[in-house]
Amino acid sequence: MTDRTIIAEIEKSYLMSLLDSGRRADGRDFNEFRPIKIEFNYVPKAEGSALVTLGQTKVIAGVKAIIGTPFPDTPNDGVILVGAERSPIASPDFEMGPPDAETIELARITDRVIRESKFIDPTSLVLVPGEKVWMLFVDIYALDHDGNLYDAAALAAIAALATTRIPKATVLEDGTVKLDPEETVSLNYSFVPVSVTTAKIGEHHVVDPNLKEERIASARLTVGYKDANTIVSMQKGEIGVFKSAEVLDIVRNGAAVAEKVRAELQKALDEFKSERGE
Amino acid sequence: MSEFIRVDGRKKDELRPIDIQIGVLDSADGSALVRMGKNIILAAVRGPRELHPKHLAMPDKAKIRCTYRMATFSVPDRKSPAPSRREKEISKVLTEALESVVLSHLYPRSAIDIFIQVIQADGGTRCASATAASLALADAGIPMRDLLAGVAAGIFKDEVVLDLCDEEDKDGTGDLPIVYSPSTDEISLLQLDGQFTLDQFEEALNLAIDGARKIYDMEKQALIDRYKIDVEEEIHEEVSVEEQEIEELIEQELEEPETKEEEEDFAEKITPSVSVGETTEETVEIPVTEEIEETTGEIMEPVSSPTEPGAPAEEASEPSEITEAPETFGFEAVTSSVQEHDAIKESVQEGEERLDEHDVVHEETEESDEATEEDVISVEEYEDEEEKFDEWEDLEDDEIPTPETETEEELEDEEFEDTDTLEITELEDQEEI
Repeated sequence: MTDRTIIAEIEKSYLMSLLDSGRRADGRDFNEFRPIKIEFNYVPKAEGSALVTLGQTKVIAGVKAIIGTPFPDTPNDGVILVGAERSPIASPDFEMGPPDAETIELARITDRVIRESKFIDPTSLVLVPGEKVWMLFVDIYALDHDGNLYDAAALAAIAALATTRIPKATVLEDGTVKLDPEETVSLNYSFVPVSVTTAKIGEHHVVDPNLKEERIASARLTVGYKDANTIVSMQKGEIGVFKSAEVLDIVRNGAAVAEKVRAELQKALDEFKSERGE
Repeated sequence: MSEFIRVDGRKKDELRPIDIQIGVLDSADGSALVRMGKNIILAAVRGPRELHPKHLAMPDKAKIRCTYRMATFSVPDRKSPAPSRREKEISKVLTEALESVVLSHLYPRSAIDIFIQVIQADGGTRCASATAASLALADAGIPMRDLLAGVAAGIFKDEVVLDLCDEEDKDGTGDLPIVYSPSTDEISLLQLDGQFTLDQFEEALNLAIDGARKIYDMEKQALIDRYKIDVEEEIHEEVSVEEQEIEELIEQELEEPETKEEEEDFAEKITPSVSVGETTEETVEIPVTEEIEETTGEIMEPVSSPTEPGAPAEEASEPSEITEAPETFGFEAVTSSVQEHDAIKESVQEGEERLDEHDVVHEETEESDEATEEDVISVEEYEDEEEKFDEWEDLEDDEIPTPETETEEELEDEEFEDTDTLEITELEDQEEI
């Protein structure tokens, strides 16, 4: 983004001095996420969907499923493709047009959390090996940008996938696939991955930065966690740098934060699923 | 610990062979070719130059744009020539890594473009690309806080290994590419995919950092190798000019040499010190002159100690008894050229210092043992600074709209004087139309 909304120097120094005294402008701890609100199945016409609100940041993700042919190099894997859009609806800094580098980065960071953690086992999406597999298109739309689209997008995409129901498919003897229009099945998963983004502002590290914190941050690090001890993805952003010791701090600290976020996501999922009678 | 032998026979903390060539492209302001294993990565730098489109220009710094592209034939299956999402993402993270070291504030409103072409891919292309790009920037003489060294660590068969090759990259269960600047301990690119436990991550990060340090040393050596020669040639050229003046002086003085003995002794002493290259042959002819002593000022130590007499000088015709020869004048001539060397070096260093004034961090992190490399880079930096300044000046001149050279009246006047000029013919043609 070249034409970012400018933060006044006076506001910047105010935010910095707050951080120096151990506080954040919105009163949060350095390791505290903003309130997370997840609305599952927001779009019933989609196979799965979720609207995630993270503070003022709003992101919606939807899943559409079709039967297609697998990639030649992975004949025994289904396909999960994550796309993202940051349209002007979410921020005055976003522009219409083909996805820019940051939008692509957002999609790929989210894709990596899902893919590398093997959240949805790709082999479970295979109908006829090498020929017919489920292809899941997960598309993320930023609706309101108040910082940390990365974690909001990951939450939305994971929540949408976790609640996705695809038609029950039966493979007939001649190799054709018959879909049952009445019965749907959910995707198999045994854990939910989460991502934690940490911003480096001055020498301080704050998780889940809001927009203003993002703007004054020199660098950010988004880390995906499969569980408390397993990292599955990582992406450094912005032009600032990290010392090697800083990275280790952020990663270990993030692991603890990730557990809190995961607990919230899991709780919301459980509530929704019991409501739906699963 | 290193018992684990990898698919290509390396130890777990062993890098693939690296070959670095600098300044391989003529038209680029700076370029580098890095081979890392089977990777072949070419990086070219253009800039600082005018930024297009202009609305992207930043008032306080240069716009750094890095484009990473893979050739269609760089991978086993032909890659689509259209830029993939992966290429765009890598371009972005590489841009950010490069921006963290380039002193972009020195070139406000301009653009520094870095083009990276992966000619052949063998795993770890983004890391090798960062290495190549930072070397190309150094080659272009663009001031940087530090070089970048890129390398990946990863997990292959539950072992944390350094610098994954293609096979390990594809079959491995984790990949951690980093770009690191050892002298400032800064990680400017950090990505990860696969599954690492926290401990494995720490091990991999440390392994990658150690690997990056080794690559960094190779980068420095490559730059020294590239520019050591240039510095000498440059000085040689500068000396030759002075040399001619001295030669003229000598010829005048030679008419009446003071004593022949002196001349011969002088010749013997001077000939072996060939360190200045061809210049020595001419300097041989310099006799004792007060003028030279005045110009050279302090007598300096000879560069190389002449122990055995060389070829006799042409003008030393009849040696008779050797009287006490002036002790050092033989070297003075050489010294004058040596001093020229030093003068140039100093001026180059001055230039560098001027650049450094803008860069506090650079000075803080500078290590004394890197002085040689600093010198080597700085020569280019300084020259390129000048060149680029000239370019800018030229550009501005070009941009000044040339006024209509001749008004119609003038042309008509001219028509009478010289009807054959091209302009007039053109004008007539136009009038006919």
